[in-house]
Amino acid sequence: MQTGSSAPGGPPVTQKNLPHRGGEANPSARALQNKYASGIKRVEVIWGETVVYIEPGLVHDAIRWLHDDPQQRYDFLSDVTAVEYRDAEVPIEVVWHLRSLPYRRFLRIKAQIPKGAPLEIESVYDIYRAADWLERECYDMFGIRFRGHPDLRRLLMWESYKEGFPLRKDFPLRGRFSRSEQLRQALAQNPEARYSMEELSIADAFAELPEDMRERLNKGERTGE
Amino acid sequence: MSKRTIEVELSTSGLDAQGRPQRVPLVTNDGGTAVALEPPPSLEPDIEGEHMLINIGPQHPATHGVLRLVLELDGETVVRCIPHIGYLHCGFEKIGEYRQYNQIICWTDREDYLNSIGNNVTFALGAERLFGIEITERCKVLRVIACELSRIMSHLVWLGTFCIDIGAFTPFLWAFQRREEIYRLIEKWVGARLTTTATRVGGMAADIPSGWMDGLRQFTRTFPHTLDEIDRVLTRNAIWVGRTVGLGVMTPEEAVNWGLSGPMLRASGVDYDVRKDFPYLDYETYDFEVPVGTNGDVYDRYLVRFEEMRQSVRILQQAADRLPDGPVNIDDPRIILPPKSKATSEMESMIHHFKVVMEGPRPPIGESYVANESPKGEKGYYMVSDGTAKPVRWRIRPPSFVNLAAIPKMVEGHLLSDVIAINASIDIVMGEIDR
Amino acid sequence: MGLTAPAEHRTVEYVPESQEGWAVTRLDFLVNWARANSLWPMPFGTACCAIEFMATAASDFDLARFGMERMSFSPRQADVLICAGRVPFKLAPIIRRIWQQMPQPKWCISMGACASTGGMFDNYAVVQGIDTIIPVDVYVPGCPPRPEGLIYGIRMLQEKVKNERAADTRTRDEMEPDPSSQLYIPPSVIDELGEPFGNSVNQTRSGM
Repeated sequence: MQTGSSAPGGPPVTQKNLPHRGGEANPSARALQNKYASGIKRVEVIWGETVVYIEPGLVHDAIRWLHDDPQQRYDFLSDVTAVEYRDAEVPIEVVWHLRSLPYRRFLRIKAQIPKGAPLEIESVYDIYRAADWLERECYDMFGIRFRGHPDLRRLLMWESYKEGFPLRKDFPLRGRFSRSEQLRQALAQNPEARYSMEELSIADAFAELPEDMRERLNKGERTGE
Repeated sequence: MSKRTIEVELSTSGLDAQGRPQRVPLVTNDGGTAVALEPPPSLEPDIEGEHMLINIGPQHPATHGVLRLVLELDGETVVRCIPHIGYLHCGFEKIGEYRQYNQIICWTDREDYLNSIGNNVTFALGAERLFGIEITERCKVLRVIACELSRIMSHLVWLGTFCIDIGAFTPFLWAFQRREEIYRLIEKWVGARLTTTATRVGGMAADIPSGWMDGLRQFTRTFPHTLDEIDRVLTRNAIWVGRTVGLGVMTPEEAVNWGLSGPMLRASGVDYDVRKDFPYLDYETYDFEVPVGTNGDVYDRYLVRFEEMRQSVRILQQAADRLPDGPVNIDDPRIILPPKSKATSEMESMIHHFKVVMEGPRPPIGESYVANESPKGEKGYYMVSDGTAKPVRWRIRPPSFVNLAAIPKMVEGHLLSDVIAINASIDIVMGEIDR
Repeated sequence: MGLTAPAEHRTVEYVPESQEGWAVTRLDFLVNWARANSLWPMPFGTACCAIEFMATAASDFDLARFGMERMSFSPRQADVLICAGRVPFKLAPIIRRIWQQMPQPKWCISMGACASTGGMFDNYAVVQGIDTIIPVDVYVPGCPPRPEGLIYGIRMLQEKVKNERAADTRTRDEMEPDPSSQLYIPPSVIDELGEPFGNSVNQTRSGM
């Protein structure tokens, strides 16, 4: 597969002397605005990088369109992350970094989750498999639930971690508990947890389980924690 | 039923001090009386047939760090693989929000510790974009040299440990001997062998000392001989080929969809290299090729990384020839410290030094993401600034993290010993994966 | 400052004249010499220090001259646990279990700043020194320590091993963690030791 097979112009060069704001926008931003009109809240070009702010409910469709449309072909998901600002008035943003390898383009999509709304957004797992762990990590660090993700659970911290979501701004740098309490909780985790119900695609075998076990699972009881 | 608190004694490891297994008594409040129970029967679904669950890691010589793989095996064939990570999660991104930009450079070394100086360069490029400054020509060439040396260092560790995993021990010693030479060069330049902190926003920590270029040229002359030696031993070796061909195949479409980058992606036939497609540091002016594989198996990844080392030597030779004279740091007093000799003798310089160190340079409000081609893949730092000296968000885009997520796909259907070979071919570094 | 908890007192029956004859001291010398020169390391390598450990084991610095080239990745066959690298809380029970699986006589070298004190990672995720979880014999500072530094630490450990006496039963008496807290150092002491740097519960340094 040739990268840049559909890219116009000559071979790419190192970008120099980029303006702070108001540079040349990625043509996909204009295409998104044409397609989704009011769903695109604003487009900014900061230091040469195009940032498109999209309505949270529309992000999944927009990214699906960016992936499938032959003029866009954003086939590479570089990153899924979130930003919480120090100013409590500014909403949390979920950020997607997309690359189009055939067109050699880079686009940043942001969705602002308004204050007071539940911290949820659609998962792009069905579009990019790369989103699997990226979204799990985002959940682990921020507590943002990705609807449609097959197995959303903690990735970097242990599954029974009780202190909260580390990258939130109200989470202190050194954690909420005292050092000895953190140690005690860490030593109390079960390192032998071989798998959890979610891991072993319980959906296949759920119907065959005995009734009381199904009840316990439905109540959220977890094994091997 | 009244509520009662019941003390539960938890065993931390299931073993007592002599290492014998310990039963964990579970106490429950059942109708008002406390009853000790045996642990509940395992609630996992019936695994049909004779499938075996084994656990590799997190402490294991061949997992390249603290990675835990839970494998469901049918005999020796892997049916399912579930990787567990996070055993080296050290809160890098959180701590980045409490440090000034120049201070964060120390942390970039420790994260992908095989590519320390490359990470320093990546961060400095991202910070310079955020600040909106252009670095000097000399600095650019020095950074290219740093990146390529770092690439060679990382690939040498990969080669050594990959060989050990497959069973060949000697290339490990050869590789580490070459690494010692690079360590000596880097130590002469920045003072540290491994965790270099070599760049600063706007320039480098230090300029190269006199005579350093001769050492570099000497290295570029002799290093290809080692590569030839290792090549002779491995590339056409029947055991090597037999153990690596056809393993862990990823088709190009799959590789792109799973977000693979770097040699993993190029071995599958997709020629995405950040240096060529989204260039930085004037890489388009250097004459080098990007090796691309055909099958996407472990053998191709080995060939791609091997050839990358040769191409890095080419780039190093070109960079050594074109290094211009001039200052290595930009001339901006808000960002760059004054020279030490002035800072200790002149009052204005001392105050200047004090302000830059204590308060730290402040970028304008904005954000930036600069991706570099690290030896593992597309590495980038996404920084968001709110105008203060410490970033609001420092995100590390870890190539090995996304590459490792594909391991369940790659090992399915292979044998247990192939799991180790495939894992080694991904070239993971847990410091970057877990951050 | 100082420790708030009183030091643990244990009495040991030790009568030099009856225990330390010439034969016993020669036997001690032989056993300790054998042990010191064949310490099989269990490299619990996590991060950058592990790379420097590998470099120390490789040709240029060579651990084989100390009898340590046989890396024992199974703790059952190891003498020295070299904790090279930072240990996050998620890894804490694992290093505890590895330590418990090692048979006596065993020693521990904490290599690097992160293993000794938490290093530059004073945050929610990293154990601030593995000596809160396992007992440590030698601390090697550095980030990462140079191979010469690690070798110096190994030499110190060899000195320690050579000065042991079989008659002193305390040496191989395994220290057990406090059953209620599972920690080797009492919780109040840990909290007090961590206090100057400001664990969030009593955050004393602003902004850092």
